[in-house]
Amino acid sequence: MSERAVRKYSTLAIQNQDQLLYGVCPHPLECGLGLVIGGGSVFPEVNFTLPPMNMTDETWPEVVAHYEQMAEQILRRVASLAVPGIVLEFELLPPMTERPEWGAELTALLKRHLQAYYDKHHLAAALRVTPTDIRDRLKPPLMRTGQAWERLNRSLELCAEAGADILSIESIGGKEVHDQALMYGDFPGIVFALGVLAPRDMSWLWGEMGDICARHPGVVPGGDSACGFANTAMQLAHQKMLPEVLAAVVRAMSAVRSLAAFEQGAVGPSKDCAYEGPVMKVITGYPISMEGKSASCAHFSPLGNIAAAMCDLWSNESVQNVRLLSGNAPEVFTELLTYDCRLMNTAAASEGGALQMRNWMTVSDEWLSPQAAVLSPDATMKIATAIVGADTPYHRTLAAGRAAVEILKSGVAQEKLHLSRKEQQWLTRIEDALDALPKEEEALIHDMEAQYGSLYDKQSYGL
Amino acid sequence: MAQFKDLYDAILNGDAKKVHAATQAALEAGAEPMTLISESMVPAMDEVGRLFEEEEYFVPELLLAGRAMKSAMELLRPLMTAAGEKLSAKVVIGTVKGDLHDIGKNIVASMLEGSGFDVIDLGIDVAPEKFVSAVTEQEPRIVCMSALLTVTMPAMKTTIDALKTAGLRTRVKVMIGGAPVTMQYAKEIGADGYSENASGAVGLVRNLLAGARNSE
Repeated sequence: MSERAVRKYSTLAIQNQDQLLYGVCPHPLECGLGLVIGGGSVFPEVNFTLPPMNMTDETWPEVVAHYEQMAEQILRRVASLAVPGIVLEFELLPPMTERPEWGAELTALLKRHLQAYYDKHHLAAALRVTPTDIRDRLKPPLMRTGQAWERLNRSLELCAEAGADILSIESIGGKEVHDQALMYGDFPGIVFALGVLAPRDMSWLWGEMGDICARHPGVVPGGDSACGFANTAMQLAHQKMLPEVLAAVVRAMSAVRSLAAFEQGAVGPSKDCAYEGPVMKVITGYPISMEGKSASCAHFSPLGNIAAAMCDLWSNESVQNVRLLSGNAPEVFTELLTYDCRLMNTAAASEGGALQMRNWMTVSDEWLSPQAAVLSPDATMKIATAIVGADTPYHRTLAAGRAAVEILKSGVAQEKLHLSRKEQQWLTRIEDALDALPKEEEALIHDMEAQYGSLYDKQSYGL
Repeated sequence: MAQFKDLYDAILNGDAKKVHAATQAALEAGAEPMTLISESMVPAMDEVGRLFEEEEYFVPELLLAGRAMKSAMELLRPLMTAAGEKLSAKVVIGTVKGDLHDIGKNIVASMLEGSGFDVIDLGIDVAPEKFVSAVTEQEPRIVCMSALLTVTMPAMKTTIDALKTAGLRTRVKVMIGGAPVTMQYAKEIGADGYSENASGAVGLVRNLLAGARNSE
């Protein structure tokens, strides 16, 4: 990794909650083919994937044909709907990262389609490319060395070369501990994964990604997502496997590890599935992508409207290329996103309209779930303030956790948030666990080694 | 059950240390391993299962109870083996080739273990040949496969086909799960069962084993 100034965020880029709006941010990003993200409008970010099929040398032409079809159909509908700008996200599937040339081939294919529409229809556009973080093949995973990292590194490099405008990843450093700790509701283990291991990995990884982008002018380091951490918790909570309050506190704490990408030079937009994105927007001032009701094709969330309240890109997360009545699913979801964005942008065009719209989207979901309660603009400001008020990732993670607990407790006290007896017990348990954690991370690292030492490779985290 | 109430309560509370101590004490007092299992441990796990179904317990409580039960089994297993008593059925589980997702699979594995099954976890990205080897060597009654990606689902069929080719398909029941997987897909590829969640998977294993016993 080259020497590069690491940003240290100790203040908020957005100080006033009323300026925390969708479509605008202090540092708009100009990227790709004339697209400005966060400069006044929300644009759709369309994500798409294959239907059930094998991916082999024999089926590769079929895979390519699917991507040709998806790109053609999405952009045809974009033109029909007079969409002013769009981001396509190509999330590589594991075999496409394992074989970097495959991912690069599809990157070039998608960029070719965007370029054609830019040339012919002046469609402002950018291509986000997100290789799969495949570094967890081994047990314990090797993060900084070995074949998996080499392939991932090459995949990032080749995709940048092939036409990616924004490079992103859903990094998994610390997940090997987080999964286990989450399943057993072991709060110290969760904090160790989110506040010690994950930021260490992300700082290293995003340094590498920054170097790759620097070698390819025009390619920007976008942002990360705590998908494998906070979204896993959210989905397990939805299935009644984990307490909702635990998932909500995990979400707030996960913002610290996702922030590490920006500290290493990421400029946004953060990943769509990073529901912790608004916290990063407040702290860094860079644009974010979010997903909600129009991503129900991919997964449940209790955040359908509130997730849009502060977004700069609005995404569908992922949809398979399967036939629906009006066309294939990717173009159908392009249309959904388009109308969502058009409404938000229309509201924003009138005086005070964006704030009014943001507030409606917030209020509609805010107190119906703990997950939404920590995502409101008010909660976002509180969590972000707590994070920048602490010094190290460990202390920031604790601060974010405490802020989330306070938000939830306050919601209960004001009878806005209704929790079951079990959920309330868990909230108390989390609060107690936060209070019982060591003051300094060295002590936690020591404590955790006995319990989780076999799950992670110390050198991968510089430990 | 009253005389083993300590053991029962300790399992319910997921306290592995207390379970270990209570089991040790009961054995020293002359209790038979099978009696401990049938009169205290299985009823405790059934109660844990009921509390989970009624949303009184979450997965952490469930898994801690399972871990506690396992600590008792570590004491009982050698005694039972020495006495020639039959242990619980063996289950082989893994995420299929090309797929790196493992938390759902891990939850199923832990819940099965907590329910007394002997679980062999093959991990993630498990090739069909590895499933075949495990079935050959471990002789499980059940094979569980998980996939979270549409492009890795076909590896479930490939694995079932590999079991057929190896002449092992009739020896095991195969069940599948994962976000994109459906009952219809299970039928299409010739699996014996599908569960949409982890707690359902435990019931499905029991049903498949009961069905197999009835047809024997």
